[in-house]
Parts: sequence; structure tokens; C-alpha cells
Amino acid sequence: MNDDILARPDNPIPHLDGNVAAGVLMELFGTDISSALGRCENCAAVRVLADTVVYVDAPGLVIRCRSCSAVLMRVVECPDRYWVDLSGLSNLQIEKPAPTG
Amino acid sequence: MWRVADVVSTQTETATARTLGLRIHGLMSSVAGQHVDIRLTAADGYTAVRSYSIGRSGSGDMIEVTVDELPDGEVSPYLVENVQVGDQLEVRGPVGGWFVWREENPRPVQLIAGGSGVVPLMAMIRAHEESASTSAFHLLYSVRSPETMIYRDELAERAASSSKLAVEYVYTRAVPEGWDRSPKRLDETTLLEHILPASDAPDVFVCGQTIFVETVADWLVAAGYETSTIRTERYGGTGGTS
Repeated sequence: MNDDILARPDNPIPHLDGNVAAGVLMELFGTDISSALGRCENCAAVRVLADTVVYVDAPGLVIRCRSCSAVLMRVVECPDRYWVDLSGLSNLQIEKPAPTG
Repeated sequence: MWRVADVVSTQTETATARTLGLRIHGLMSSVAGQHVDIRLTAADGYTAVRSYSIGRSGSGDMIEVTVDELPDGEVSPYLVENVQVGDQLEVRGPVGGWFVWREENPRPVQLIAGGSGVVPLMAMIRAHEESASTSAFHLLYSVRSPETMIYRDELAERAASSSKLAVEYVYTRAVPEGWDRSPKRLDETTLLEHILPASDAPDVFVCGQTIFVETVADWLVAAGYETSTIRTERYGGTGGTS
């Protein structure tokens, strides 16, 4: 992965995928949720977060459903806070870590 | 969440790619296929964060990332040209729990790389080679030319000496001397000729630029590979299927 890009005319599909959002989502959720399942509020598709369509050239991250393109999540980082819009997700299934010891 | 990493080694891979060995303070282990976010902060406080795939993972606090320089990049030129052993970087991760290969996975694996998309797949190859796993690993590496191939010597050596790894190459712009085919962009027929058949039910990992990954994934689905067995990771770049 290397997301060091800017949108440009000769790069017709400047989107990435949910893998690129794993770091910031780990910061927000306290655990890696890239393999969590999210249900799209718009089309009801249930897909792994890593397999979403992610635009990184907006003022924040825009995470869209791969089935219907609806916005699932938006994350904007400001100097003193995150703004998180989860309204496009009707639920998230986050697997618990395996018990240790 | 952000941690300090010491740059402990650097190695030039190609004219534009370099591997950085990083010791991440407090890291216990990493999984093959994961990546790290690297944050650079300018003197005026401006920050830029980018994700880079890990090419060598495992137990302990050491990882290697291989970075391919993008001409207009804000971060990659610094990592490829300026960073030196002894420097420190801010990192978040390793992260990623889906585009990963674990030793317990008994299924055959087909890896498909476009250009520098080979980096996380190399982490899987190294982990598999060093594990007791006997599953079959196949890599199809689509690359512009022999000179732009990352890990060229190691891949050739591993493929020659390993009984569980096979590597196939597709050259899209220039071929090595003595190669029996002309350079050609990867197409559906060439892809399917060079990978494990759908009937083997492999786990498939595809990594490359967005257009490469989406084109290959569509061909795989059309050819009968189960959608649930195809895992993808896209990175940005400047167009073209490598």
C-alpha cells in the first residue's frame, strides 16, 4: 500500500479501500476493525470494512459501500478532535480479541 | 497510539524504491500483510500521514517497510531519499486484520502483485517460507520491466530453492534478455494461464494500484473464483496497470 497521491486527470480512479482507514479507525475504536463487518444503512449489504471504497482526497476520509456507493462513514481530523459520521452504517460487528493466557 | 520508530537500516531496492528497517518501541509482533501509518511533521506543525506496507513482519519489534517514491508525493520522497539510519519516525500500527496471511491457514494461496503491490505479498511469502506450513504459495508479479522489480534476486532465489513457492512474471513494458514473450499488459487470458485454477479453491490476495486490483478482481470473479476468497488492497499512484 502506498496512498501518497493526489487526485489528477491521468489517475481516473483516485479511490483506495478500507485498508487505508485501518489506522485512524484503530485510534477511534481502540482496536483494529478492518475485518469488522458493517451493514450499509442504504442497501443492507454486510461487508468487511477493509473492502469498502475510501476517498482520501476529501477534507477527511470518506468511506463508501462497495455494493451501492452510499457513504458509510466520514472521519475528519481537526487539531483538537475528530468528527465522526457513522450515519450510513446501521450496525458494526466487531469480533472480540481471542482470550489470552 | 502513535509510537516512535528508530530507522535501523536502509536498502535500495530499485531506482525509486527503498526498504527501511524500523524498530518500533513497544511492538510485540506483526502479521504478514499489515501496514503502518507514518506521520511526518514539518517545522511549522504541518503534518502528513501515509500508509506503507510491511515487507517483513514477524515476532518482535522489528519490521521492514518498502517505499516506492511517487514524484508528487509529500511523504515518499523523504522516506526514499532523505531518511538515514539513526533517524526517528512517528508510526501508528502495524494495522490490518483482513488483508493478512496467518500460518494456521491451510489453504493454497495465490498472490497477484501489480508493481510495488508486491510488498505486503512478500511479507506473506517470507512468513510462509519461514513457517512449517506446507500449503502451496504462488505469486504472479506484473511489473513494467526487470529494473523496476522489487525483491528481484530474493524472489528468484526463493522460487528456485523452495518446494512450496512458485513465481510467475508478466512484463508490461520491457522484458529481460532471453525472455520468450514480448512485453504486454496483463490480460484475462494471461492471468488465468498463470494462476492456480478456481478448482483448487485458493485464497487470493491482490495488491496494486486501484485500477489493476479492480480489473484483476473482476476477471477472477468472472472466472469462477469465490468472491469471499479474494482479498484486495489498493494503493494510489499515477494510473495504468503497472
